[in-house]
Amino acid sequence: MEGNQLPCQASYMRNALFNQGYLDDQFLQLEDLQDEANPHFVEEVVKLFYSDSARLIRNIELTLENTPSDFEKLDNIMHQYKGSSSSIGAKKVKKECTQFQEYCEVENIDGCLRTFQEVKQEHASLKRKLENYFQLVREAR
Amino acid sequence: MTVEKIRSDSESFDDFPAGLRVLAVDDDLICLKLLDTLLRKCQYHVTTTSQARMALKMLRDNKDRFDLVISDVHMPDMDGFKLLELVGLEMDLPVIMLSANGDPKLVMKGITHGACDYLVKPVRIEELRNIWQHVIRKKKTEPKNHNGSADQGNSDQLSGEGNTSQADQNGKCNHKRKDEEDFSEDNENENEDPATSKKPRVVWSIELHRQFVAAVNQLGIEKAVPKRILDLMNVEGLTRENVASHLQKYRLYLKRISSVASQQANMAAALGVKDSHFMRIGPFEGLGDFRTLFGQGRLGSAGLSHYRTGGMLDPLNTPNVSLHNLSSSTLIQPNHAQSISALTSTNQSPSLFQGIPPLLELDQLQKIKCGTGMSSFNAIDNSRLQSKFSDPGAAINILNSSAHMMQHGNYQRTISGGGFGNQSSQNMDSFNVGFNTSSNLLDSVTIQSARTEPVSLLSAEPFHSQLPMSTTRDNGLCDGPFLKKNPIDISSTTIPFPLKDSRGMQCREGLVGDVQIIDHTASQRWGEQGQTYGHSLTASFGTLNAHVAGNGVVSPLSQSLNQDSGIIKEKMGVFINGRLAGGANLMLQNGNEKVSTESRATTNDNFLLEQQKLPSAFAPRSYDPLDAMMNAMIKRDQDEAIRNCDFGFDDYSFGAGI
Repeated sequence: MEGNQLPCQASYMRNALFNQGYLDDQFLQLEDLQDEANPHFVEEVVKLFYSDSARLIRNIELTLENTPSDFEKLDNIMHQYKGSSSSIGAKKVKKECTQFQEYCEVENIDGCLRTFQEVKQEHASLKRKLENYFQLVREAR
Repeated sequence: MTVEKIRSDSESFDDFPAGLRVLAVDDDLICLKLLDTLLRKCQYHVTTTSQARMALKMLRDNKDRFDLVISDVHMPDMDGFKLLELVGLEMDLPVIMLSANGDPKLVMKGITHGACDYLVKPVRIEELRNIWQHVIRKKKTEPKNHNGSADQGNSDQLSGEGNTSQADQNGKCNHKRKDEEDFSEDNENENEDPATSKKPRVVWSIELHRQFVAAVNQLGIEKAVPKRILDLMNVEGLTRENVASHLQKYRLYLKRISSVASQQANMAAALGVKDSHFMRIGPFEGLGDFRTLFGQGRLGSAGLSHYRTGGMLDPLNTPNVSLHNLSSSTLIQPNHAQSISALTSTNQSPSLFQGIPPLLELDQLQKIKCGTGMSSFNAIDNSRLQSKFSDPGAAINILNSSAHMMQHGNYQRTISGGGFGNQSSQNMDSFNVGFNTSSNLLDSVTIQSARTEPVSLLSAEPFHSQLPMSTTRDNGLCDGPFLKKNPIDISSTTIPFPLKDSRGMQCREGLVGDVQIIDHTASQRWGEQGQTYGHSLTASFGTLNAHVAGNGVVSPLSQSLNQDSGIIKEKMGVFINGRLAGGANLMLQNGNEKVSTESRATTNDNFLLEQQKLPSAFAPRSYDPLDAMMNAMIKRDQDEAIRNCDFGFDDYSFGAGI
């Protein structure tokens, strides 16, 4: 379904996500790729993102616990996570990731810890919203 | 990930860009899925994989299967840049890099490694719609090389480079090729015939590459022009432009290793350095260093001429060798070390021992830490150079390390910075003998981009104390026989390097032909083998940085060293692929049957990415599947080559630290 053909509720939610800065243009790109050949593309990608990124989040957590001074490693994992999240258009998440990487650069562990909390929050928050959104989309089908 | 093998036979340029066969490699599944969908939307035929090794396998299985490769930079199993290099060298396909990081430095790195383009994630479809132009460009430059029109006065490039206007099209053309111009003697650059007809790709097999390197060595890198090489090779069906483009790549490769070598020079030899891929071919700054080093001309290429380094030969003389970031330690193949020891031990030629006294100097050399940089090394080396051993010392170091490294199967090429280069040239002469065998080592030298701290093999330590450098056998590199292998052509004194203490040899690539600073720590091992390193070792190692610490990184000492001697032939296949992740894979090309006799550090060959498998003990330690493949390829060559020396190297991929 095209984004602009969604039923009211879903459409409304979608707009809200964009307006509130949760999603950016990349999400539109995903939607553009969805067609008859690939009818659930967006949802598939988002699901894939959440399952794959859980692992990355976990890795960062472990690293922060075990070897918090290994900024290079933290940066590497975050880099991957950021790449994935930017591929789905997760704007706020991406922003926090960038912040995290900046802290890694200056080796500020506190900054990293704080920012990581933000990352997790944004990650969870967007996940919820997108789940709701897709639910609405499905119901509307 | 999905792997599609769709190849449309009817595909032709008429439909272009639809039907373009793209191979997408990215460990991030989300991005890969996205890329897959985007590319399909552009009507391309897409094959995806999340494993770089799988990608390489697919590419190698059928070189004509894909038109373009898109690869992520950060991948767990192999560095994207390394993949880039490998693909460029082996398959000559356009490669587009992809990364979430758009840092200009990284972009630059991509370009210098030969990427056609660099995209930043998330990728937009518009960007992908245009990627076909890279394919066309590449195809276009090839036909242009065909024309045999008179050379243009300033045809400064090898035909591969061709059409200056499109110089950059060649993935590798992005590199600065100034030095290429030097060699473009009778470069017939023609720009006519812009037909973009598809030409069957020439597969540069080990054998072919060996012949190529032999021809190049015979002519001398400076005089190696495509036409003459072609004539010498005398291979039916090979065209001048095939040779030209191959030569171009080869030069790039040499350049890279030399730059790595220079970097290595700066790395303190830390023998115990892990073998992670040291060699990294970094930006051109290495090149600058390299040039400087060479510029010093201490070693002079003359010396190198005698070197026959098995395996890695590369006309060190060529100033082209750009020391690209010889990052960290490139370990010299342990094999090398072994060979060195073999050299010494076998004492193949009486002349080898002549150099012994000078070995003492080596000790001093050892003191030269890689880290001190080439300059210091050079300085010392220079003095050393006078003596035959001086270089050998360095070489030994390298050898040692290489030996050391070989054993580990991880070869890192530590390229001693310019110092080696310079030295080796001089030493080469003396080293020839010794080095012949070492060339064997070199073969096994895998130059890896050492990410880890550079093993400063050069560190003065161990080496000096004992004359006989013990080859570093840390890794159980091939023993003795390796050294024996090379019939070093010692022009003058062969310095039997008892590489005893070279534990970590660091050969700096940059030193083409110059003495490779072999970290003597590695050489220690060699001592046992009684190696006589010949200068050939140094020669070959010129750029090998022996990374001793059990890393099999063997720098392609031979590369630099071996120029005129047939050594190069020996292991032409040494491909210094600094970037090989995991283990030094020294791709040695068994160029010559006479491996046993000549140690050829054919760095030249390195670029061929052939891995040489040393039959003996060396089982590729850090073999990745890729290596395994290479091994298989090389094995046959190796087997014969290795006959005499049991290198035991398995495959080494020399990765120019990329």
